[in-house]
Amino acid sequence: MTGERPRLLLAGDTALTVELSDTVDPAINARVIALDRALADAKLSGIVETVPTYRSLQIHYDPEAISIETLTATIERLAVDLDDTLAAGRRWTVPVAYGGQHGIDLDAVAERTGLTADEVVERHMAGDYRVYMIGFQPGFTYLGGLDPKLHLPRRETPRLKTPAGTISIGGIQAAVASIEAPSGWHLLGRTPVRAFDAARTDPFLFRPGDRIRFERISAADFDTLSQRAEDGWSPPCEAA
Amino acid sequence: MSPPLLRCVDPGPLATIQDSGRHGWQRFGVSVAGAMDPVGLAIANLLAGNPPGTAAIEVTLLGGTWEAGADSVRLAIGGADFSLTIDGRPAAPGRAHTLQRGQRLALSAAANAARGYLAVAGGFDFEAVLGSRSTHLRSRLGGIDGGPIRTGQELPLALASAPAGPDLALDPAALPARPARIRAIPGPQDDAFTREGLETLFSADYTVTPEADRMGARLSGPKVQHAGGYNIVSDGIAPGSIQVPGAGQPIVLFADRQTTGGYPKIATVISADLGFLARCRPGDVVRFARTDLAGAAMHRRALADQLRRFAAALAPARGTASLDSARLLAHNLVDGVTDALAEP
Repeated sequence: MTGERPRLLLAGDTALTVELSDTVDPAINARVIALDRALADAKLSGIVETVPTYRSLQIHYDPEAISIETLTATIERLAVDLDDTLAAGRRWTVPVAYGGQHGIDLDAVAERTGLTADEVVERHMAGDYRVYMIGFQPGFTYLGGLDPKLHLPRRETPRLKTPAGTISIGGIQAAVASIEAPSGWHLLGRTPVRAFDAARTDPFLFRPGDRIRFERISAADFDTLSQRAEDGWSPPCEAA
Repeated sequence: MSPPLLRCVDPGPLATIQDSGRHGWQRFGVSVAGAMDPVGLAIANLLAGNPPGTAAIEVTLLGGTWEAGADSVRLAIGGADFSLTIDGRPAAPGRAHTLQRGQRLALSAAANAARGYLAVAGGFDFEAVLGSRSTHLRSRLGGIDGGPIRTGQELPLALASAPAGPDLALDPAALPARPARIRAIPGPQDDAFTREGLETLFSADYTVTPEADRMGARLSGPKVQHAGGYNIVSDGIAPGSIQVPGAGQPIVLFADRQTTGGYPKIATVISADLGFLARCRPGDVVRFARTDLAGAAMHRRALADQLRRFAAALAPARGTASLDSARLLAHNLVDGVTDALAEP
């Protein structure tokens, strides 16, 4: 499949952002992953690492080892004819304790969207989410498929601390957080599932292309499952 | 024989192990971390006789106190000026010092930067995580246990004693100069701002606020005007990204920055200048200047040349090694008595 020419945006003198779109779209995300693979196959010297996101590919490079001209010419050539067939992801059901101490913004989100708190939870749980990328912190899982009624701007001032396992929404995105971190998003709930656990054989639970659904659990179930997660539990998944 | 180590008597407000960073894992959300001031790290390491990116201790504002738990340990400092004492007696700045077992090197407050680097000849001896020994505090990765260095902690060393040869001294005239203005390249989302917004960033004075850490520094100054909204779909974040949330106050992102984020990034500090910006402390004034890729390349190469000249200008410290050892040994004996008397 061919598409529009990507926008090549300078991110200083050691990184280049290749923007395929400014929207969240499964087909765009598939093209990002395809471009990332094509670039890896091209085996250019001077590429330090690449970071695929929803709609762009960031390339960290050593400017003394590869010129910007070589890099941009290669990207433009590869972007002409991308094979964006993606391996099917896995399916996960992620338990969430909504509201109260675990989701301190639930009532505010209800107020701003004109819904009741239960309606916000129902709409959030109704989503069939696609994992678009892992970023921001180890295992932080960005999701597409959020009900448009729940699209809200981020907070003007980010919070400096939010807990591990936070289930949040920001703009048109939804997320599963892995560890304690700052955030400018709205906190709806918390999951005992650990998206990142350095002690696990595979430290990163989710992969781009996976599907996620949320299911509501009580605060008591959250405590029980948190204890099990401490001992290595993670939810089962099935092939799509 | 106990393994060689460096004992932390007092870490100061924050001390962490840092090297040149954890590269290759940002696709899994793993931050690069690494020294906030790579020039300071390189200076400390070169003075200690190490490769420039060797893992060292990054101290913050106060340099702390460190005790040799090996037959001898050679230590060197870079990135900031400190007054030094060895077992309470003044020690010369601008040179490496070899401590004998039990001797303590104490660093004052940093005179002119937020952070300094304490390098050990031969480096530390503990496992790297994902290819790096750098500590990333927020994800508790790297270092010895993912956290800051604690009082009483013993840091294992690679060498049982200081390498043969004299302690080196630096030439202060050969230290890389701090640029008057921090240079930045517009983008990747400069089109999310008005022309006035860009002009404001590149002309106004900004003050580093107390909300400044290894992840980033929030600046305070004239509001940078967005062209439209202040939300974008999250994408990658380069080192030195200047992101501007809705309130219009810029945040410069440093070593512990997240790998991706959703505020528009108006400009990116060039690689040569980022370490100098990271030296700024709360209350310091920062001025940005606009440059491009050609300017960045020129400054990058000039900095590399300065570091080469710095390395070439290293020379044995004044006084012979044997006299030095005798003097240090004498201090050790005297202070040993003092310490014994101080015990309850």
